[in-house]
Amino acid sequence: MSSVATPERQQDTPSGQSTGGPSGRTGMSRKKRERIAAALFLLPDGIGLLTFVVIPMLLSIGLGFFQISGFGSYEWVGLGNYERMMSDPLFWDSLKVTGIYVVVLVPTLFIVSLGLGLLMKQKLPGTGIYRTLFFMPYVISLVVVGLLWQFMLDTQNGVVNKALRAAGLEGKAWLGEPSLALASVIAIMVWVMMGYYMIIFLAGLQEIPQEYYEAARIDGAGPWTTFRTITWPLLRPTSFFVLLMSTVAAITGGIEVIFVLTSGGPANGTSLAIFYIYQQAFMFGEYGYAAAMGSFLVLIMVLCSAVVFKATKGGRFDDGDQ
Amino acid sequence: MATSELRSPQHNRMPLSRRLRSPRTVLTALCVVLAAVAAFPILWMVSASFKTRATVNDGKLIPSEITVQNFVYVFTEVPFMKFLWNSFFVSATITLVSLLLHSMAAYALARLRFPGREPIFMAIFGTLLVTPPVVLIPLFLVVRQLGMLDSYAGLIIPAIFNAFGIFLLRQFYLGIPRELEEAAIVDGCGYWRVYWNIVLPLSRPILSALAVFFFLANWNSFIWPQIVATDPDLTVVQVGMASFQQQYGANWNYILAAAAVAALPMLVLFFTFQRQITESIKTSGLK
Repeated sequence: MSSVATPERQQDTPSGQSTGGPSGRTGMSRKKRERIAAALFLLPDGIGLLTFVVIPMLLSIGLGFFQISGFGSYEWVGLGNYERMMSDPLFWDSLKVTGIYVVVLVPTLFIVSLGLGLLMKQKLPGTGIYRTLFFMPYVISLVVVGLLWQFMLDTQNGVVNKALRAAGLEGKAWLGEPSLALASVIAIMVWVMMGYYMIIFLAGLQEIPQEYYEAARIDGAGPWTTFRTITWPLLRPTSFFVLLMSTVAAITGGIEVIFVLTSGGPANGTSLAIFYIYQQAFMFGEYGYAAAMGSFLVLIMVLCSAVVFKATKGGRFDDGDQ
Repeated sequence: MATSELRSPQHNRMPLSRRLRSPRTVLTALCVVLAAVAAFPILWMVSASFKTRATVNDGKLIPSEITVQNFVYVFTEVPFMKFLWNSFFVSATITLVSLLLHSMAAYALARLRFPGREPIFMAIFGTLLVTPPVVLIPLFLVVRQLGMLDSYAGLIIPAIFNAFGIFLLRQFYLGIPRELEEAAIVDGCGYWRVYWNIVLPLSRPILSALAVFFFLANWNSFIWPQIVATDPDLTVVQVGMASFQQQYGANWNYILAAAAVAALPMLVLFFTFQRQITESIKTSGLK
């Protein structure tokens, strides 16, 4: 529309469609030059994303129907991998472990990081230092985290059991019993991730207008009432984001810690589905079978995200709060 | 005693301030305890890395005798320097190339007009939903097909491309005023010069935040380097440490010294760029 230029004022614009920019050395219109520039700017990242993100994503759907050897030959097996999956007790056990892991980790992480976020908002003396210390575990690699906790949770010599014994309690085989080992992994992941979600909660809390809190104080509302009627409803978008992110991260993450800390043991008690898939692919070379299980896990992840979305109404304020 | 004497008359005179103050004291105490618990494992690692083989399990936070022998051992008996260099080279290259390519793409998406801009942006945004561990297998097969296994290219190139950086940069570019660029274009500058001379300098704050983030993520990355490179010359520090553990089993003083060395650059980065890191997390969280 505006490319139908207004030549009345400037007769020295040779190309009639110019929007006012110079016609340029090549004589192209600005519009055309802009399109070519955009294509060139987008090209490198576009090719890369296509090759290393989009194509793998599309492939992941198809790979499950093949038997793939270590040397790169593909053989169509139809639903063979899925049939094998249905009757693989180790896979179902790993799904059960993942279920427990997600159901315990996500709410615990939510409560801990929300609690820390609320604490950080109180402007207590030294808040900056506490915030730094809570966030610090997040910047350390999960390999180091796994090594460090293996050292600390050692039954004989670990500092955790030493402290318990010093307090007159009995030490436990933290990584030696299936359910205890899973609990340890969950606690470690809370320790690693709490600072990250604390920052996100803190950002959400700072978005809430201060006037609401002042009004509540004038009305004589206690801390609990203030939290329930102001903070909680207005924090809903942040809560939604944190729940969604942490659910997806819990289902598909944590391989490193399991790898270093427990290797999925004892008795497969910490064999998360994503770890079992990783093992099948990269330790046993069962790429096709692993891809089939991976697709299944993605399906579960999508369903869980939908549940989170439904439960939090997508983080919108649509029930009369606003 | 002295403090309680000083305080109690005040409390008697001002019961309201006492009521306000005591929960804050409790909360502060809670913060101190929680922060100490959160920081303890890291202190414990540093402490253990200075202990000897005989005292590494003595359960004391302050080593009774301090030794640097563990670090000497790690750097002389193991090619740890090589691991560190590989990690640095790979992470730094990924970071630099990512920033260049992502800011170029983001500039086009935020500023240039071309047909299909919105669908392309939505498609790029959509790839954010693809979590890396899930596409690990097909990605590995693609990289194998391209003949990039056991090479720096295989370590570096696939790690460059993610939509997160494009997305954050685009949001940033939408927020900076347009006039400067428009003026330059009217003056006859090409788009590349506008991008290079105007847009890039303006995006220094977000680029430095992203740089820290990318470097950190890639330095800490373990799974991808582990599966893509089996050549010992390409071992990065995280992979090296994991194999170290299998090799040295109970020699925790060596393992933790290595772990402390691997964690140190990230802690330094974190303390230096804390504000940028938390700001970029906030931006990503609030979309």
